[in-house]
Amino acid sequence: MGSGTSTAESANEHDHDDHHHDLPFIKKYLFSTDHKIIGYQYGITALIFLFIGFYLMMVMRWSIASPEKPLPGILAAFLNDAWLNDEGRVTGDLYNMFGAMHGTIMVFLGIVPLAFGAFGNFVTPLQIGAPDMAFPRLNMASYWFYFLGGVTMFASFFIPSGAAEAGWTMYSPIATTAQLDEPNLWYTGQTFWLIGMILLISSSLLGAVNFITTIINLRCRGMTWMRLPFFVWAMLVTGFLLLLAFPPLEVAALMQLMDRLVGASFFIPTGLNFTGAGSVDAGLLDVAGGGSPLLYQHLFWFLAHPEVYVLILPAIAIVGEIIPANIRKPMWGYKSMVYAVMVLGFLAFIVWAHHMYLTGMGNVVSTFFQATTVIISIPSVILLTCLFISLWGGSIRFTVPMLWALAFLPMFGFGGLTGLPLAFNFIDLHLHDTYYVIGHFHYIVAPGTIFGLFAGIYHWFPKATGRMMNSKLGHMHFWPSLVAMNGIFLPMMIQGMSGFHRRWYDGGLNYEQIAGQVLFEKDSIFAKLLSNVPGIESGKTIEMIDLNHVMTFSVWILLIGQFPFIFNFIYSIFKGKKAESDNPWKATTIEWLAPNKPGHGNFLSEPIAYRGPYEYSVPGHEKDYSPQFERGPDGIILGEEDPMAESEGSE
Amino acid sequence: MNILGLINELIGLPELASEHGSMVDHMLEMVHWLVAVLLIGWSIFFVYCLVRFRQKRNPKASHAGVKGHASTHVEVAVVAIEAILLLGFAFPLWAVRSAEFPTGPDVIKVKAVGEQFKWTMHYPGPDGTFGMTKPELISGDNPLGRDPEDPNGKDDFLYTELVLAKDRECIVTVSSKDVIHNLALHPMRMAQDAIPGSIADMWFKPIKTGRWETVCGQLCGAGHSGMVGYMEVKTQKDFDAWYKENTPSPSPEKSSADSSDEEKAKS
Repeated sequence: MGSGTSTAESANEHDHDDHHHDLPFIKKYLFSTDHKIIGYQYGITALIFLFIGFYLMMVMRWSIASPEKPLPGILAAFLNDAWLNDEGRVTGDLYNMFGAMHGTIMVFLGIVPLAFGAFGNFVTPLQIGAPDMAFPRLNMASYWFYFLGGVTMFASFFIPSGAAEAGWTMYSPIATTAQLDEPNLWYTGQTFWLIGMILLISSSLLGAVNFITTIINLRCRGMTWMRLPFFVWAMLVTGFLLLLAFPPLEVAALMQLMDRLVGASFFIPTGLNFTGAGSVDAGLLDVAGGGSPLLYQHLFWFLAHPEVYVLILPAIAIVGEIIPANIRKPMWGYKSMVYAVMVLGFLAFIVWAHHMYLTGMGNVVSTFFQATTVIISIPSVILLTCLFISLWGGSIRFTVPMLWALAFLPMFGFGGLTGLPLAFNFIDLHLHDTYYVIGHFHYIVAPGTIFGLFAGIYHWFPKATGRMMNSKLGHMHFWPSLVAMNGIFLPMMIQGMSGFHRRWYDGGLNYEQIAGQVLFEKDSIFAKLLSNVPGIESGKTIEMIDLNHVMTFSVWILLIGQFPFIFNFIYSIFKGKKAESDNPWKATTIEWLAPNKPGHGNFLSEPIAYRGPYEYSVPGHEKDYSPQFERGPDGIILGEEDPMAESEGSE
Repeated sequence: MNILGLINELIGLPELASEHGSMVDHMLEMVHWLVAVLLIGWSIFFVYCLVRFRQKRNPKASHAGVKGHASTHVEVAVVAIEAILLLGFAFPLWAVRSAEFPTGPDVIKVKAVGEQFKWTMHYPGPDGTFGMTKPELISGDNPLGRDPEDPNGKDDFLYTELVLAKDRECIVTVSSKDVIHNLALHPMRMAQDAIPGSIADMWFKPIKTGRWETVCGQLCGAGHSGMVGYMEVKTQKDFDAWYKENTPSPSPEKSSADSSDEEKAKS
């Protein structure tokens, strides 16, 4: 090794003054303040958590489809045997624990960090032509708060009580009174969850402040508001959502923590009397009382509904970047989209109580929240319509990122539209907390947001690594995922309409009438088709409960479909085909000006925005793309005298 | 098959047994038509674009793209339909559910009390008035903590299933002893959260006799998925017979003995 060290490297070792280039490994890759490294840290950590959340879901789906069969060894290998019952089957307790943690991990540790933390961090400064985020150290702190929160959540699986088990919503009193039989209440999954949430929310707040400041203050010359890429707009709105919506849950988590640990009663009413069937002793609960369970629900959903838009907006934004680059024409209705996303951000704060339609809501309150909920569908429809219409007149290149972005449109559309029935209190009487709801929001977040995130990974991979991801493996990832996602979530809509509720660990075994409703008659063509699914006997009438096997089977397909991605991702970092230039997609936004694998400070020359973000196929231009950063024949720096024009004029 | 029932028919809804339930189904059908039209419209446009404007077929993209205002018209149409759904259906229908409770002696009143992991139904007896309940009186023999001294409670009785009469309006008062539950009655298209520390009423009118499952619709612990209950709608005659059979027969000696016992205990 020693003799082989190049002169350049050894020169670097001695060049102590140039601290940008010879930072020790720990400072460069671990405690980095560089927005790109922090973006990678967020991305890798979040991807790992996504797979953990996926595993929890596989155990749950096994239990739903085959509650009478022991958990197969391949799934049981990763968990504590004591959690299964004597026959090796999943119990109601284990299911509730995994259900609560699946939701928590997917939302707070998987998708938000990947969408906002990873893509936001990596792409935003590059797109606005900034050398870094406004507060690099705050940025680093944000990641490490997130990391600590994640470790706290993950560690809770390994303590005797197990992780939290009261649904991802952690409603009081069930969350407050869960695991009360443990000797030390600090040392329980429920408490870990609350502490974990406080850390995660703190992380989001630090991130949000940083994003807002960066986008307002660090835009490069010529980057006026209406020249911002749509992605940056979406990040700005997302930043405000995080900033304003998360503090109430931080407070709620602290209050519930006080309820659990020091006997406060913020959310515990007077006179709770337990049967002894859970972890609480039979009899009157010994607390002060006088609190309100509904207060917790309000605080929770005041966060958790804007949170839905935190999950969606980055994905729409990524898709909004990828589509123009792959249709070679500008995004249609850029201004409409910008205004729509602002309206969406505002309305997101005043729809939360539609999650609480069945709490005994009065007429006036219900009228308000039904109206706002229906109104918020309008900016959502505008966003999607603009993306659809953009396709018209384009020259569509079916690259791998484009496939994901295109699939996002109908999947997200279906998820969004199935939210319409749920917006009405009256219909909610039938659909509340059924699988219809589960199908609806998973369509938005799984084949919606996650497809958008995959699109982003394939799209910006060359910028981050200088190499392309393999396109064949990309196809092997995309097609099974598309089919399997629908195999999982479409049956949910049908089950939900028939009255299947969420959070049944045995998939409806106890409800003979509901489970036994006939879906397809014995000899119909669909019944024959479905009898090929493992777990469904051939030649039988297909009942609603049999759909559980279809979903669980699809989950395994989805798992297999992710292997090409994992291999592709790791292989391509080291051995992928080198990107032919710094702008392999021939795109127009400023991140493509930066060299691949951008160094500290990002740009080799000062980036200047000369035009709008999506100037593709401009009539009269030579190339079919006119990047923001190239002056060209007609570039103008808005908001200041153009020095080039001046000097040209004087000549 | 009625076209205005097509989507419900295709996807499948559980049996319907309440008066307002047909409106729930009807509204669900209407909203699903709006969803279907938008989805099919988008899909046709989407697939056409993918084929017509693929790179091979259309190597040179148009800078301007769509110039017309068709999408604005679609937007306006969607807004109009949503306004009709809200003003014409959602608001008035919910107003009836949440504010216009039936009154009069014919209304069946029952309290549904959730606990881990079952429901207890509390009927007021022939006098139509519930006796007091106090959480501190709850014991194995007295699951709801009924106050034995309340004269209104003498004719009250408890039952494990929700029993109602066909064609008679009922008010079910839902509450919980421990954590949040939800009493979901799918054949009635009715549901209500049971939130400890508060009570909430729901009302509906069964129009069909039968026996159905009731669902606990909020996560309430490890036994949540087994918290299946039953409801039965009887004819008026059967209901009256059942009500009479379950009403405790007045036994003045016993109750006076009870109270004198208590007085002794106090002194």
